[in-house]
Amino acid sequence: MNTLYVWLGIAVIVLGSAAGDCLLAYAMKRIGHLGELRRARGTLHVVGRVLTSPAFLLGIVCMAVAFFSTLFALRFGDLSLVGPASASLTVIADSIFAKLFLREHVDRRRWAAAILVVGGVIMLAH
Amino acid sequence: MTWRKYLVLAAIVVFSSIGDTLLSRGMRTMPGLDQIGLSTIPRLIAAVFNPWVIVGIIFLLIFMAAYLTALSWADLTYVLPATAVGYFMMAMLARFFLHEQMSYWRWGGVGLIMAAVGIVANGPELTRHHKDHAAGQQPSTPLSKVSQEVRS
Repeated sequence: MNTLYVWLGIAVIVLGSAAGDCLLAYAMKRIGHLGELRRARGTLHVVGRVLTSPAFLLGIVCMAVAFFSTLFALRFGDLSLVGPASASLTVIADSIFAKLFLREHVDRRRWAAAILVVGGVIMLAH
Repeated sequence: MTWRKYLVLAAIVVFSSIGDTLLSRGMRTMPGLDQIGLSTIPRLIAAVFNPWVIVGIIFLLIFMAAYLTALSWADLTYVLPATAVGYFMMAMLARFFLHEQMSYWRWGGVGLIMAAVGIVANGPELTRHHKDHAAGQQPSTPLSKVSQEVRS
């Protein structure tokens, strides 16, 4: 039963993190280049625009869900499994979500980089 | 890519890895967190006032600002691999600051991640919506269609 809880926790971590990353990326693209906006309108304006963006707030909620799922998964499984499994699967899920929902052009170069990061994370866990 | 953009990517790497390391250092000194229960909540709140944790949170807030800035001008699938060098930095900090062991496997993992950074850093940081931006329009994505439906 513990194994089921661990993988359920990892699944929620991966989905929460990938959804959070996509929503944050989407919110930032809608707001525009933060550096240029800050120079034109000031820091307070930028902070206000970010904190009042629904996509940003939803992204933070998704990340909070992922964080609490990490605590849940760590309650039933080892850090040496939960850490690398969630980190590497999140990289793949991020690439898929970015292609599907953000319409990013994930070419062979980026897929190769994502797979290398996954391999690297797994090896770091040894 | 301008030097300012490289500076933002470097800030993501430095502040996230040092922030995580400081949190780890602080949490290891907190007593009574070996088991999760109702008594964990006040102990977690007390952990927020630990000096290591306070500085760690400040570092992670700066990381968040840099991460959001990078996402405002680069693809998500560019930012994530380009900043994966943070895994390498975290391994180095764990080795020399937290005195953890580094096996050959871990050095191999660091090598793969550095290769990934090299591959993606040579490509363009933004690959989508060139036509939208050139026309001065908001980018059209499945997420933007959902938000338009919610507003209407």
